[in-house]
Parts: sequence; C-alpha cells; structure tokens
Amino acid sequence: MQTVAKLIDTTQCIGCKACEVACQEWNDQEFTLGTFNNSYQTMPDLAPNFWNLIKFNEAEQNGAQSWLMAKYQCMHCADAGCIKACPAPGAIIQRANGIVDFEHDACIGCGYCITGCPFDVPRLSSKTKKVYKCSLCSDRVAVGLEPACIKSCPTNCLSFGTRHDLKFLAEKRVSELKSDGFENAAIYDGPGVGGTNVLYVLKHGDKPEQYGLPKDPRIPWTVSLWKGPVKWLGNLVFFGGLFTALVHFLAIGPKEHKHED
Amino acid sequence: MAAARELKISRTTQTSSVCPYCAVGCSVVIHTLGDKARNVQPTVVHIEGDPDSPINRGTLCSKGISLKEFVVNERRLTKPLYRAPGSAEWKAISWDEAIDKAARRIKDTRDRTFQEKDGQGRTVNRTASIAMIGGCTDTNEINYLLSKFRFGLGIISYENQSRL
Repeated sequence: MQTVAKLIDTTQCIGCKACEVACQEWNDQEFTLGTFNNSYQTMPDLAPNFWNLIKFNEAEQNGAQSWLMAKYQCMHCADAGCIKACPAPGAIIQRANGIVDFEHDACIGCGYCITGCPFDVPRLSSKTKKVYKCSLCSDRVAVGLEPACIKSCPTNCLSFGTRHDLKFLAEKRVSELKSDGFENAAIYDGPGVGGTNVLYVLKHGDKPEQYGLPKDPRIPWTVSLWKGPVKWLGNLVFFGGLFTALVHFLAIGPKEHKHED
Repeated sequence: MAAARELKISRTTQTSSVCPYCAVGCSVVIHTLGDKARNVQPTVVHIEGDPDSPINRGTLCSKGISLKEFVVNERRLTKPLYRAPGSAEWKAISWDEAIDKAARRIKDTRDRTFQEKDGQGRTVNRTASIAMIGGCTDTNEINYLLSKFRFGLGIISYENQSRL
C-alpha cells in the first residue's frame, strides 16, 4: 500500500477557514466559543475538539505587514514520537498507508504522547480523559475519499494523494515560486522525524519558525531514552533479580532462621 | 491492524442541492440517514460539496461546509411567522394563511398604486410601489416564471441576489 499524504501550499491559503469547519463538521465536534484576541485566527491553539487550525502568523516583509498562513494539525510522521512514547499497546497505531491514528478505546489518557510529539499536536480532554488529534480522516481515506479539509479547500491550497506524487507537485510549486523571486522557497516535511506525511510549501523555507513550524523537529531525547536503554535496563534488573534469586535458592538454599532460646 | 472508524455516510441517501448562502451557487450533496420506509424519519447527517458541479468542483467555503448545522437546527424556522401591524409578537400561521395574506397585500397594493399613464400622458402600466427580488438558488426556470410574474404585475424594481 502506498503512503498517503497531504500537501499544504501555504502561498495559496487565503485564510477562509473552510478546512477548519469541514474538520469540525465531519468529526462531529462541538465548537467552543473563544474570545477575540486581536487576530483573525479562530482559536489561539488546537483543542481536544479542534484538530485543525489555520495560524494567522504575522510577519513583516519589506516594511509591510503580511500574513504567513499555516495549517496546524497532526503531521503524521513516518517515525512518530507519539507512538514511541505511548505505553498503552494499540492506542496509537500507524496504518499501512502511513496515517498515525488514535484508537480511543485503548487510550489510557496518560498524555505521554503529548510529550513525545515534536509538533505539540495531541490534546488531552479533561472530560473523557483521552487524547485527541487529527486522524487524516482515516475513515474517509479507507474508502477512497479524500480527507474533509482537503475536499473543502476552495483555493487548491490543499492536495491529497500518494506521498510520491505530492512530493513531485510540491517540487514543481517550489520551482515556480523561485522563478517568481522567492529565492528561499522550499518544501518542509520534517526530516528529523523520518519525514512527515503532511508536506508544506513555504515561501520562506529558510525560516519555518515564522510559520510556527519547528526548524528541526526531533522526538525528545527523554522519550527515546526511556523507551530505549532505560526500558531494557529496567527489564534486565527485574528479570535478572528473579534469576539471581532462583540461582541463590538452588545453590545455597532457603534462608535458615535460627531460633533464639 | 485495527479497522478504521466506520464511515458515517456509507449507507446514506445522497441528494444534490444548491448552497443557499451567496451568489456563487455551489452545489452540495446532502447525506440523509434512513431509507424512505414509512416508519422512518430521515435525518441529515452530513453535507459536503458536489464534485460534479463545474462551479465548485466539490469544494465549499467555511459557511457552506457548515450547512448541516443550518438544516438540523432547533432554531430553524419551519413555519411562516406573522407579526400584525402594531403588534410586538410573532405568531405562527399556516402556509395557506401566509400565502393568502401575501396575495391579498400584493393585489391591494397594486390596485391602489398602479399607474397606467405617467405625468406626460405616456402609457407606462407600472406598479412602482412593489419590488421583487430573486434568490441565487432559484433555477433558470423559477427565474423565468418570476420574470413573467413581474411583467404581469407591472413591477419595475427587480433585482436578483446573483448580481450581488
């Protein structure tokens, strides 16, 4: 099965928020009213019931104010930090088509995936005590439909397809941008986490932080350490202890209690 | 591998329609749960863009994509409301009553204000006191009939939302 991906051409986003509403509508999420904070951005951040946010990043270019729109949702990493950090078997799975999906029946709500995520995406619900994030509409993709956000996008900023095809499309778009005078235009796909299945085309590819994207996303070393050496060391101590006790019992025998007269 | 979440539109009836909001006239597909059996009250579960439409090709804007909330809504008006002159309250009336009232007022206003000739004696046959507006979701056929109706009444102030 081929890896599916989402391409976000940030240069074509007009901030209409159709993808946000499409996501809410398809996933039957209740909308929580926010407060106005001097921006056109719908919500300050992602929420357990809000999986897809258009960030209205403000930047100055040649002395003029400009918006650097960026769609903020799960990046569906090839080497996903959330899966690495998850202690509940089967709660977070990577499907054969590359989608990182949460199985909420198995989720124990520990929130370790939030620590493991280099993009700060999963959100713990205080109501259900489970963690929620974008599923790339795995239910739609499974029957050959595109995710809800991609279907709604009226400016062709979002595309859906196999990762291979979209990479080609993104490269074409980057070369177009370069010929338009944006020297630093680049593809952003999070190389630090083995590539993400959400690709961005950025006008200012040298400064992804301006879009609210980490420059070099990496799974926190604490998670790698805990799930790697520390886990094995722990297992060694536990089973080694049992084994030593057994050897001691066989070689020396049980401890004798001397009765005091 | 765990099975994906069940697709909520896998057994829905699809009905094509037009978004009622702006003048672009995007086509939508309304997904209704429940077949047409007599003991079933169908429910709209999802609305999304119609990929067959040359206008929007499946896409929708943030307002259009939220159409389900417009259809399935406790606050949606399903009956004509009437507020009598001088009254502060809206009263639910039947469709028959609403159509009768509207027809009566159109007839009375036209009879009262119809001009056969203008100040210079030229034949004009017009009703300047009534205006008419068409909606963007009206089909060509409905707009044709509205035009005929307007000519019949002599209405000269005529506008369509599609021009907005």
